[in-house]
Amino acid sequence: MQEHTHDHDHDHGHDHDHDHGADETAPHAPPQPDEKIHSYYQVLGLALKELLVEKGVITPDEIRKAIEFRDSITPATGAKIVARAWTDPAYKARLLADGSEAIREFGLDMGGTHLVVVENTPQTHNVIVCTLCSCYPRNVLGLPPSWYKQREYRARVVREPRAVLAEFGTQLPGNVEVRVHDSTADMRYLVLPMQPKGTEGKSAEQLEALISRDSMIGVALPSAG
Amino acid sequence: MRGPHDIGGLEAGPVDTGAHPMTFWEKQIDALNQLMAQKGFRKTDENRRYIEQLGDDAYNTLSYYERWTASLSRVLIEKGVLTQDEIDAKVAEVRARLGQDAA
Repeated sequence: MQEHTHDHDHDHGHDHDHDHGADETAPHAPPQPDEKIHSYYQVLGLALKELLVEKGVITPDEIRKAIEFRDSITPATGAKIVARAWTDPAYKARLLADGSEAIREFGLDMGGTHLVVVENTPQTHNVIVCTLCSCYPRNVLGLPPSWYKQREYRARVVREPRAVLAEFGTQLPGNVEVRVHDSTADMRYLVLPMQPKGTEGKSAEQLEALISRDSMIGVALPSAG
Repeated sequence: MRGPHDIGGLEAGPVDTGAHPMTFWEKQIDALNQLMAQKGFRKTDENRRYIEQLGDDAYNTLSYYERWTASLSRVLIEKGVLTQDEIDAKVAEVRARLGQDAA
């Protein structure tokens, strides 16, 4: 077992001349100015990276590219898929039938996991969570928001989804059924929100701007524009 | 018995809905995990097994990517990619460079 603990003394006031691996920093992913490496596990992370590079298992260039790839997938990626589904009924049918296959049309790949797209209707509102961990459609929406990984959301959204949605400022009519989908390592969900009334006739590009990350997780509704 | 990760349906406080952008350190750990998976050294289920074996105290006090780091170190040792001695020596080296006292 790991014998190290993380409660040893840290000199938080010390101005560390720490190594962020600045040469690997992507221009759009600068280290936070207040980012300090304090804990044993933070040091361990840097140590693993350096050892893997020294042993030739990975290269700094691979690390940089992996970070850039992650940064390249954002909620705007998912919004394109949703806007296409809103404006192209045949695409919507393909997306609902087999999400993993349908996102290939956008050059995206679920990497061996399955994407299940759940459609909101006037009768049913869908919300996604991963109670056991943090499984998320990261290849469609990017990395999950902080709260998606936290205990409070994971514990409570399956028990009292309406109360949790209210904390996001989302109120649903009482007659709408709320379905919460618990993701797994192998199966990821994406919510297909309802197109807001009054936005019919808008182009897919115009609609994309209305589709937030949170509306594709199900804790919010798309903007009515 | 519930493991520390098995929290669905438990009572908990309000959700912190604020945006907390990922730090560069977190992005590096995410990238290391991706690369180790791509190179066949680590599977999602192995990552989860070690995270779920951390025990209640560590699971509940470590940050998300600290848990991933702890897990990754165990996986890499298990796969024979790194040894504990190599890791300990490198941790001491990094810590000295950061001006931290040894634990």
